[in-house]
Amino acid sequence: MSLLSVRDLSVKFAMRDQTVTALRNISFDVARGERLGIVGESGAGKSITGFALMNLLSRPGYIAGGKILFEDRDITGLEDEAMRDIRGNHMAMIFQDPMVTLNPVLTIGQQMLETLYAHRKLSKAEATQIAILKLREVYIPSPEERLDQYPHELSGGMRQRIIIAMALLLDPKLIIADEPTTALDVTIQADIMELLLELCHSNKVGLILITHDLGVVSQMTERTLVMYAGRIIEAGPTREIINDPQHPYTQGLINALPQQTPPGHRLKQIPGNMPSLTAIPPGCPFAPRCSFAVDHCRTTLPELVSYGSVEVACHEVNRLHNAPAKEKSA
Amino acid sequence: MSSITTNQDPSRWEKIWQSNMAYSFRRNPVAMVSFAIFAIIVLAAVFAPVFAPFDPYDPNQIDIMNSEYPPVWVEGSDPQFMFGTDDQGRDLWSTILYGTRLSLLIGLCAVALQAFLGITIGLTAGYVGGRVDNLLMRMADIQLSFSTLMVAIIFLAITQAMFGSQTFNRFAIYFLIAVIGIAEWPQYARTVRATVLAEKKKEYVDSARVLGFGPLRIMFRHILPNSLSPIFVISTVQVANAIISEASLSFLGLGMPPSQPSLGSLISSGFDYIFSGSWWITVIPGVILVVLVLVINLLGDWMRDVLNPKLYKG
Repeated sequence: MSLLSVRDLSVKFAMRDQTVTALRNISFDVARGERLGIVGESGAGKSITGFALMNLLSRPGYIAGGKILFEDRDITGLEDEAMRDIRGNHMAMIFQDPMVTLNPVLTIGQQMLETLYAHRKLSKAEATQIAILKLREVYIPSPEERLDQYPHELSGGMRQRIIIAMALLLDPKLIIADEPTTALDVTIQADIMELLLELCHSNKVGLILITHDLGVVSQMTERTLVMYAGRIIEAGPTREIINDPQHPYTQGLINALPQQTPPGHRLKQIPGNMPSLTAIPPGCPFAPRCSFAVDHCRTTLPELVSYGSVEVACHEVNRLHNAPAKEKSA
Repeated sequence: MSSITTNQDPSRWEKIWQSNMAYSFRRNPVAMVSFAIFAIIVLAAVFAPVFAPFDPYDPNQIDIMNSEYPPVWVEGSDPQFMFGTDDQGRDLWSTILYGTRLSLLIGLCAVALQAFLGITIGLTAGYVGGRVDNLLMRMADIQLSFSTLMVAIIFLAITQAMFGSQTFNRFAIYFLIAVIGIAEWPQYARTVRATVLAEKKKEYVDSARVLGFGPLRIMFRHILPNSLSPIFVISTVQVANAIISEASLSFLGLGMPPSQPSLGSLISSGFDYIFSGSWWITVIPGVILVVLVLVINLLGDWMRDVLNPKLYKG
């Protein structure tokens, strides 16, 4: 049984004169303790997916269709009260910028204890003990003193550790991390990722890692979804996707990594921009930027189909796969 | 909480002394002088029974024969009455002390009522948004389109007519607090709503929702403490306004009765005698009122500068 299973999830935004589809029929599963990466460029719908899973889309966004089964219970139509019990308690979320995620006017201790009190009946001593334990788990030095400190007294890396500790406070089964290291110093990024990985291992927590960094995904996750313009275009084991990407967009993403370009050469960008969600072309949304696109691609939307060990949404995947390697990287 | 507070007591005072606010206070002579004057007035008002040589509410201590003595520095005065006496023979100094007390009390309570109504309504409107926001803010607009004094005059005149002036006089202080409090809540509601709209977009609110907190907890424990600076600033202005409103209403004969005069009703009662030469009954309480309102406004100005995030938070 999978922990989380998303079926045909669609998210729309009701704008003034039109309805914009931000997520289109997304389906994926996360098993217990599994680490899943969601990659894609800005605006592809990665963060919207995260918020939709938490049932936290705020107006004008709404879930237009599909199911989110968390432990076999559909949480899309859940009452606010019941949903609140799931949030924090069973599913936690870590945000991008630790500088603004903690409430600036409450001490670390107040925020941690409040989270505990909101979900469990605990005495102050018990709650403090749990908080200190969790802070120790994320390698915060002298956690007893941190409890009395305010967020502005701590560094960014320290704050992100505290946020991770808060996410772990109630032993959730799934953590959604929305670009957890983007706002941090490069040297600290690796530390935080390593910490997350270690905690997921030791606590058997499922992780959905939302990022645009393929390097991070390859180190952290077992499976990867590649999103483009609100759809999943490629899904499968991370190793397969990194080593042998099938979709031309995924190939483009990997070729665009600076490591793929010898020093002194121009980086290999994917030409063009992602289409605006208000004007998605009728066929494959990637067709206008794709160097392999044929007429068929511009008129018919490709479905996600199995191809080897991955699933890919591309009409021309067979042709591409058989094409010589140098054409692929062109 | 208590254990944490007791452990940190000495350093907490130090923290306050070292804080941005205390620093700018020590560097700002206007704020320091204003605060000193304000503190003196408040202390004198709070401890009025200690400082006042007479009890102006006790008819046995009033002798009509003592009426209209001028202040001691004017010829023909009686040395036991420092600021002279009013038309009923009450010691003006004692009456001013008790009157300031009433004015401050009414001002503060009215502002507390305004703040309670305004913060609750503003928070709800800002956080819930949508139709609730529209409804509440249109109510505020309607309330604001009546001037405070107009609402107060109509309300107080009707209650006076309804209950008779004796009952009215007995409960005048509550009526005044209620009417000034209710007439001015939209000021708070608008300020709070605007701040909440800005605060609720911040990520700590998202993260609070992600942690499964309910809307009430998020509103009052997370958003409200982060919206306090504009509330502090508007409070000073509102206290000054409320004191002036109270004085105006009392001056118009709709406020505190002459037997329990506030600063406004003292000025009003002295006004009838100003042409007979007894200027002090009007002028001395008038000066106190002006000074009180001025120092509150100056303190508010200073506070606005200090709490302005553009100036120091960077």
